[in-house]
Amino acid sequence: MKKLLRRPVFLVGLVITLVLFAVALLSLVWTPFPPTKMNIVHKLKAPLDFGLLGTDQFGRDVASMLMVGAWNSLSTSILAVLLGASVGTAIGVVVAMRRGWLELVVMRGCDIIFAVPPILSAMMLGAFIGSGRFTAIIAIGVFMVPVFARLSLGAALQIWTRDYVTAAVSMGRPKAKITLVHVLPNISNQIIVQVTIQLGLAILTEAGLSFLGLGMPPPTPTWGRMLADAQTFLGQAPWLALMPGLAIALAVLGLNMLGDGLRDLLDPRDNS
Amino acid sequence: MISIVIRRTLSLAVTLLIVSLLIFTVMDLLPGDPAAIMLGTSASPETLAALQKQLGLDQPLPVRYLAWLAGVFRGDLGQSYTYGVPVAGLIGERLAVTLPLALIAIVLSVAIAIPLGVQAARKHNGPFDFVAGLFSYISIAVPAFWVGLLLIILFSTMLGWMPAGGFPGWDAGFLAGLKALLLPAVALALPQAGVLTRVARAAVLEVMNEDFVRTARAKGLSEGIAIWRHAVPNALVPVFTMLGLQFTFLIAGAVLVENVFNLPGLGRLAYQALSQRDIIVMQDVVLFFSALVILMNFLVDLAYLVVDPRLRAGAQ
Repeated sequence: MKKLLRRPVFLVGLVITLVLFAVALLSLVWTPFPPTKMNIVHKLKAPLDFGLLGTDQFGRDVASMLMVGAWNSLSTSILAVLLGASVGTAIGVVVAMRRGWLELVVMRGCDIIFAVPPILSAMMLGAFIGSGRFTAIIAIGVFMVPVFARLSLGAALQIWTRDYVTAAVSMGRPKAKITLVHVLPNISNQIIVQVTIQLGLAILTEAGLSFLGLGMPPPTPTWGRMLADAQTFLGQAPWLALMPGLAIALAVLGLNMLGDGLRDLLDPRDNS
Repeated sequence: MISIVIRRTLSLAVTLLIVSLLIFTVMDLLPGDPAAIMLGTSASPETLAALQKQLGLDQPLPVRYLAWLAGVFRGDLGQSYTYGVPVAGLIGERLAVTLPLALIAIVLSVAIAIPLGVQAARKHNGPFDFVAGLFSYISIAVPAFWVGLLLIILFSTMLGWMPAGGFPGWDAGFLAGLKALLLPAVALALPQAGVLTRVARAAVLEVMNEDFVRTARAKGLSEGIAIWRHAVPNALVPVFTMLGLQFTFLIAGAVLVENVFNLPGLGRLAYQALSQRDIIVMQDVVLFFSALVILMNFLVDLAYLVVDPRLRAGAQ
């Protein structure tokens, strides 16, 4: 615990992330006002004039929308990163086990996926299956696959050179079993750190997609669409553009700090 | 060295081919018949069939792909369904906005990141390092399009110094064009600057205590000159590598920022093509962007080989 307290980056990141998750979960059971309920009489009210953070052009409570937005943004991003991490890691460890031409094909495949920016692949996918949460998850998740495939391949290859793995091979243990028993547990720290960092990136991308109207359909509140809607009222109600952006920035900041802190904490070089 | 370059170039060509095939196939699978979209709902089946034939839509997929690819090599990217003009011209026109925007953003981000990163490394663990670290954390976390909105609120709505969006065209004068691109470029540069500051700091820290920098100090050079003349040039390699890797995020940012500032660039063209189902424009713009990313990474790879002889040995 003392060791934790000496790591301010990790602590600040952890606190911001915990608050974010708490708010997102709370929004499932309680928000100050119903987030989608219009109240035209109270439209475009400034913060504290009506509710904590004011109202939008339809008189909806901004604080309530932000809370629900946190859940929508987090759940989409978590699912996308989990998809990318599980598929990517599976590919990485299998390739590390097999090597040969498979490694070449997979690495080239990663380059190809990396070449199409996620916003553009989401646009293509959106045109194909329609925009929505599913499109966002697939587009972001697919972009994450090469990140995890490369990371886990590199890490797994290192594990395969260790003495205890060589011992297991010489004892005749099947490669698949070695991967499950020795490789995966030993690369899991690196994967966990990367998941945290990619979550921040996923939140940014999801916000961008919903800003362009490629995220969850209205009236579901998302941080990105709140910003897109606020664009029309920049002169009249600038706070509408301030709050969702701050929420995105804080969420990403917290996750990035947590990821960096975790990396320092789990780094074996540091522990030695 | 030459054999590595040839091998890398071949692999680049194969990657580009596969990407083009992938993009073409995905766009081809899209629901909706381009000919029907062009003619509207009132067209007779005969007219529709005639147009489909004229556009080559009655041909099988491999034939259409090869025809498209051959066109790409000739610089003929096809005809936009909605604008009714050649896509190559359309892309060229929009590139005149996106390219300067990206270039200004890159220059700005490097101009912010290098002094900040170098100074943070020189004073590492001090207050300046802390502030620079905070700047990186925050600028990486803020979405570029939100920075764009904030800049509009501050410089256009409140102060009235800058246009809130739109692009007068380069015909209106170089300065007018530059003025319209300045705020979007700042919005685009900020997140990049955060990433690059970190890389520059780490790279300078690493070389700062190397023998050649110590020798420079020992022969009487001031700390500043020793760092800027000997440590910084060596630290630039990782900075430019990161710039290449970040290129895909710069493009993603450009798509969003162009939409915030209503700039008639390539990103906005892709977005409009999507909403109008102008498949050929969409296909060409996505191919163009992807080719740019692949080329950028290829160039970074090559530059690395030229700069660092150790990698040449490794690659062989």
